[in-house]
Amino acid sequence: MSSPAVARTESAPPSKPVQRLGDRIFSGSTLTAGALILATLAAVAAFLVLQSVPALTENPEDISIFTSGETFWTYVWPLIFGTLWASALALVMAVPVAIGIALFISHYAPRRLAQGLGYVVDLLAAVPSVVFGLWGANTLAPLVQPFYLWLTENLGWIPLFAPPASGTGRTILTAAVVLAVMILPIITALSREVFLQTPVLHEEAALALGATRWEMIRMTVLPFGRAGVVSAAMLGLGRALGETMAVAMVLSSSGIISFALLTSSNPSTIAANIALSFPEAYGLNVNVLIATGLMLFAITLAVNAIARYIINRRKEFSGAN
Amino acid sequence: MSKRIEVKDLNVYYSKFLAVEDVSLTIEPRSVTAFIGPSGCGKSTFIRTLNRMHEVIPGARVEGEVLVDGDNLYGPGVDPVLVRRNIGMVFQRPNPFPTMSIRENVLAGVTLNNRRMPKSTADDLVEKSLQGANLWKEVKDRLDKPGSSLSGGQQQRLCIARAIAVEPDVLLMDEPCSALDPISTLAIEDLIEELKNEYTIVIVTHNMQQASRVSDRTAFFNIAGTGKPGKLIEYDDTNTIFTQPSVQATEDYVSGRFG
Repeated sequence: MSSPAVARTESAPPSKPVQRLGDRIFSGSTLTAGALILATLAAVAAFLVLQSVPALTENPEDISIFTSGETFWTYVWPLIFGTLWASALALVMAVPVAIGIALFISHYAPRRLAQGLGYVVDLLAAVPSVVFGLWGANTLAPLVQPFYLWLTENLGWIPLFAPPASGTGRTILTAAVVLAVMILPIITALSREVFLQTPVLHEEAALALGATRWEMIRMTVLPFGRAGVVSAAMLGLGRALGETMAVAMVLSSSGIISFALLTSSNPSTIAANIALSFPEAYGLNVNVLIATGLMLFAITLAVNAIARYIINRRKEFSGAN
Repeated sequence: MSKRIEVKDLNVYYSKFLAVEDVSLTIEPRSVTAFIGPSGCGKSTFIRTLNRMHEVIPGARVEGEVLVDGDNLYGPGVDPVLVRRNIGMVFQRPNPFPTMSIRENVLAGVTLNNRRMPKSTADDLVEKSLQGANLWKEVKDRLDKPGSSLSGGQQQRLCIARAIAVEPDVLLMDEPCSALDPISTLAIEDLIEELKNEYTIVIVTHNMQQASRVSDRTAFFNIAGTGKPGKLIEYDDTNTIFTQPSVQATEDYVSGRFG
């Protein structure tokens, strides 16, 4: 029985699988799209690195943006600190609220209300950041200033609330609140989608054991959505790290490193500093600003890597297998 | 630990649609009762009303009474959460919690409501429940592995262990073997035989041989046509249903003439 089969394979060349035109066009276009994103990323990275080199190699005395004795690293460090500090504060405020809204929409609200609410949250994402900046600087800051004053007077012994309170209210905390409002919609929308994906099978398993709704959410929805919520938070963090206009408009900065939330001397952020300094920059100063941009790029990459690591750590238990 | 269930004139609705009409029957403690019938006849819907799981679907409601040792499950002020704690359920597809280990899965129901227990008590309960579900020997060395790492049949027995760990009065099984191979099915059927010494068991099955193998009493449900409500046609000893049913439709169904 095997001999005729062998004879046939010897006489005829092995036939290749037929490649249809549609398949080739489709696979070609997806390959192009995938390659394009890599090429763009490489181009941006190359631009940042090449343009940053002079800022690091030239004599700091020749760069006018530095005050005397300052090097690139002492210049950029307060900015990195401010960027991370403001973003972390924003994340701490936004994530719990976002998870709460997402759970309300996905598991508590009546269906009609949930749809409306989801739509409103999505609308919030469409507000331009310059509008948030205006709101933060002109409405929110004066509004919270008396509250800041009270905090410094009564809880000033906590380092975070160290006096003196800012007279304008345009502190790093106000900037972080504005950032939190800005990243809230994306975290909410993604978390809601993940929570809705929880298999009904698992939800019913929990309910059939006599779980209340909250226990059911804790046993099934939150563990199932954990990776998604971390990703959503990282996307939000990415936006907060890179946010320019709102921070530049709200924050009155002085380039120091301080954890105090309510004083008038605040660290600036990399993106806001670039936006504020770039119009007047010339020569090597431009390279310095681009080099700070490179730092931001590196921070964002690191944040994403950490997020991936967190998600992968308990992959076995993710429910994907 | 096992209790008698009396169902009186039960109608089940999905919004305005009447899904199951006018069911009355009595289920004896320490027995296995099988629900058989063609697809869509409402047997799954009906079994879910016995622990108020149907309420999970929006718009689902019932009229009538379900008495467990005389207490109406649908009485005013009865908390469905407490009902489900006393009446356990095993589903069609194995559904261990994927984010929990085998041990955590078994303890999932017990640790609800922030009830705490010493580790030794928990260990004993895990062993007892897994032994009760005939799974202990297979998993005792890997209790910290995820529940989803087990085979389908093992997962289903893990779900049974999880259900009996809370020591319910009644165990409901909604087609527990329909996603399993014959060997795993046999393991579950043997298990049902053992469990009935302690629990009142109600099982929905598509498999008539299974019903005749495991059950003491059998209820035949049927449906007059699409869009019509399902009804309880006949309820009797399993032997009688499969040998001398009193209704023609039952005989047609069990002898394989339709369904």
